[in-house]
Amino acid sequence: MLTFLFHRLLGALVVITGVATLVFLLIHLVPGDPVEVMLGESASVADREALRAALGLDQPVAVQYLEYMQGLLQLDLGSSLHFRRPVVELLLERLPATLLLAAVTLVFTLVISVPLGILAAVRKDTAVDTGAMTFSLLGVSIPNFWLGPLLILVFSLWLGWFPVSGHDGLTSVILPALTLATGLAAILSRMVRSSMLEVLGEDYMRTARAKGLPPAYILLHHGLRNALLPVITLLGLQLGALLAGAVITETVFSWPGIGLLTIEAIQSRDYPVVQACVLLISTGYVFINLLTDVAYAAIDPRIRLGEGG
Amino acid sequence: MKQPLLKLDKLSVRIGTGPRAIRPVDDVSFTINKGETYALLGESGCGKSMTALSIMRLLPQPHGQISAGQISLEGTDLTALPEVEMRQVRGRRIAMIFQEPMTSLNPVLTIGNQIGEMLRQHQQVKGSQARNRVLELLDAVGIPDVRRRYSEYPHQLSGGMKQRVMIAIALAGEPDLLIADEPTTALDVTIQAQVLDLLRQLQRDTHMAILLITHDLGIVAGMADHVAVMYAGQLVEEASRDRFFADARHPYSQRLFESLPNIGKRDHALKTIPGFVPVLDRDFTGCHFAERCDQAWDYCRTQAPAWDITTDHHHVRCHLEDRNINPPARTVKEEAATPHAAVASETGTSLLSVRDLKVHFPIQKGVFKRTVGQVYAVDGVSLDIPAGHTQALVGESGCGKTTVGKGILQLIRPTAGSVQFDNSELTRLSGKRLRRRRTDFQFIFQDPYSSMNPRMRVGDIVEEGMIAQVIGNNRQERRARVNELFAQVGLSTEHASRYPHEFSGGQRQRICIARALAVNPRLIICDEPTSALDISVQAQILNLLKQLQNELGLSYLFITHNLSVVSYLADRVAVMYLGRIVEEGPVASVLENPLHPYTRALLSAVPQIEPDTQREIIRLEGDIPSPANPPGGCHFHPRCPSAMPGCRESYPAESGDAGHRVRCFLYN
Repeated sequence: MLTFLFHRLLGALVVITGVATLVFLLIHLVPGDPVEVMLGESASVADREALRAALGLDQPVAVQYLEYMQGLLQLDLGSSLHFRRPVVELLLERLPATLLLAAVTLVFTLVISVPLGILAAVRKDTAVDTGAMTFSLLGVSIPNFWLGPLLILVFSLWLGWFPVSGHDGLTSVILPALTLATGLAAILSRMVRSSMLEVLGEDYMRTARAKGLPPAYILLHHGLRNALLPVITLLGLQLGALLAGAVITETVFSWPGIGLLTIEAIQSRDYPVVQACVLLISTGYVFINLLTDVAYAAIDPRIRLGEGG
Repeated sequence: MKQPLLKLDKLSVRIGTGPRAIRPVDDVSFTINKGETYALLGESGCGKSMTALSIMRLLPQPHGQISAGQISLEGTDLTALPEVEMRQVRGRRIAMIFQEPMTSLNPVLTIGNQIGEMLRQHQQVKGSQARNRVLELLDAVGIPDVRRRYSEYPHQLSGGMKQRVMIAIALAGEPDLLIADEPTTALDVTIQAQVLDLLRQLQRDTHMAILLITHDLGIVAGMADHVAVMYAGQLVEEASRDRFFADARHPYSQRLFESLPNIGKRDHALKTIPGFVPVLDRDFTGCHFAERCDQAWDYCRTQAPAWDITTDHHHVRCHLEDRNINPPARTVKEEAATPHAAVASETGTSLLSVRDLKVHFPIQKGVFKRTVGQVYAVDGVSLDIPAGHTQALVGESGCGKTTVGKGILQLIRPTAGSVQFDNSELTRLSGKRLRRRRTDFQFIFQDPYSSMNPRMRVGDIVEEGMIAQVIGNNRQERRARVNELFAQVGLSTEHASRYPHEFSGGQRQRICIARALAVNPRLIICDEPTSALDISVQAQILNLLKQLQNELGLSYLFITHNLSVVSYLADRVAVMYLGRIVEEGPVASVLENPLHPYTRALLSAVPQIEPDTQREIIRLEGDIPSPANPPGGCHFHPRCPSAMPGCRESYPAESGDAGHRVRCFLYN
């Protein structure tokens, strides 16, 4: 298991280095002069030169790259042009909100999708199944920019249970998390259902029944662990997307997370912040992928023995 | 003395509803006594597994149901039992083991866990007491190093070991009846012998009854007290083993015996049962077997025969056994068993000559795919096949026999050695020249279904090879040839426009044979071509292969694990063990006078129909070692009953005359 982890970590490191290089090149791939793009055409030559120097763009590319990577190692991502503060500070400020939202969304997603998927699989072709899959279809079809305001309307304005927007106490996370979880749970419950249906037909499930074990035990102990394998892969991908793709929901709820920061940075052409956000989101992806691999190995003993990458 | 344990009374099962519902079990009655082995014999699709599942009340849900009849376990009617009480029967009173040990164990739970949960459920044993009992059970089923195995997962065990674990699970509930559904069909013959021995020994120790479901007459002969033959959802014959093997009465049972290949039938075509097992989605008006029975007359097709008792508790479901019915006088058309034409000349230059063939696969590891070892799949094989002859290659799974076939055809490039086909060296051919040459040698695979593209019509599948090899000038000519080939392999020409899934297993193998023949080959490598088929269908395919050989002068390299097929079909046989041929010679000589201890063990492990007290029983210990790490010296020495100190040192050289060679120090 340790060798397995070591191999995966090594792989993750290679990927992150690659991503960092790409992010570095980003500023050089922008068509035209990045400084001009940032400052606008009306900026004075002196201002441009000042910014060029501040960004280190007057140095040779190799030197820039080395300095950039060195900075990365020291967690120095430069400073924001717009906020006039170190980028790391900005990120650390926003990260807890995003992590909280992601964690609560994950819990909601699992609580909704796993029981729903199992129920639909066990009661295949009944009203329960049809109901669950109708919910799933609705969940996939309803866009977040519509569901978000709807939830605000019902639960905040009419019922007054939750705050309308912003990050204010624990209750404020519930509506944005629910908005995100609906879409995720809709897809995931379908996955749980089809995966469970497949597992229900496996020979070892027949063996478990032939042992005279109680049905609920068979389902959870023998069935669920096997059924979760493909689900975990999908969940990993979805969670990664959650880090970046929560932009719409964060905007609707004015949730001060990384997504919102990214949008703000893009709008204000704050390149160092955009770079840092992209790097953070990619690292998040890599990290979640790593977690997925580890979870996979923990559940499926056949992977553990397999050679790491 | 005999106490009935389980009694089936007019049991019928339906899957689905409406007029097209499948009736896999139709009016089946039998009784299993305490402590005895009751064999249910039949071909695939005859309803034997469904009978077993209905006893456990585990029919496929939601469509399967017991539609009539009773199943009584010592007076309790299982069909009327509430589900909660039925759970006390499953595992505790009746346990079951299945055909596929590979998939019947849960891959994500440890062996200890999967046995231990039986103890928790049925014996109220927990904790360290349960652990100790599990270790005891593992030991009882002959698993070495039980402490390590306890916390291992199924994929770390060999097939035979997995089936032993399944048996340990079954034993954990201390059942009165064990249902064993084809328990050894997926295992190698020497492993099969171990598992059958284990079942016999456990039965002696625990006095449990066994319901043994099998298609193998040899296993029935070696294991059963009583035999019931099932056909198309019904029992057609039931008798004590001795009576059944001495005097099988039902025409279907008789045909089953006749379609078994053996050395005595070599010179004749095997008798076959025409047609195939009917789909059970309708009510039969007459006898279920009538349409395939050569003794049937009009009465059989309109009146269903009763389940008659003749003498000695011998049940037969056939009008011929009913004294009140007079069958019409039959013109005895005793079709003189068609003799095979004399085989091509005995001597002759070899068509295929393989010298010291080696196929090694590198084992790669790590990020940079370093080669850390070799799998010695084929490690020095030499063979000669003269034109018009059949060379058999036998061995257990993992011995490299399939890789030999692929190495000869250059489907896998050999690591070393030479393959001379008709005096041209195949290992040096490549690209277009090799492709052109492929018209001379073809392959027939074990699983005909997965070796055909499911989205292509079978006519196109057969034609494809001709297009590739530029045979026939235009589509019309090729189509004419396809029709000719279909007729040659016993299919109707209108089949050509259908898809592979529309055919039965036997028909699919005929299509694959037609595909091989399409390019006019001189050598066909047949890799287990009949092992996925039922006995009666196997006989049809063997007949076809023999007939084609006589008509077209084909040579076969016949790769198989089935020695009775070898004895019927082959001229010479080579026995492989861990990548090398350990013995090679004429079929009669090798099978009747085996020299190598492995050949002897292999022969002795094959279940025989005729009880033969003279036969020495040799049981091999353990599993086949991995070809990645073969034992030093003679690869066979760790399992060999006659191993000597010298066997550990070096691999024995070949000895014996050219007719019958062997690699063993006993003969050096």
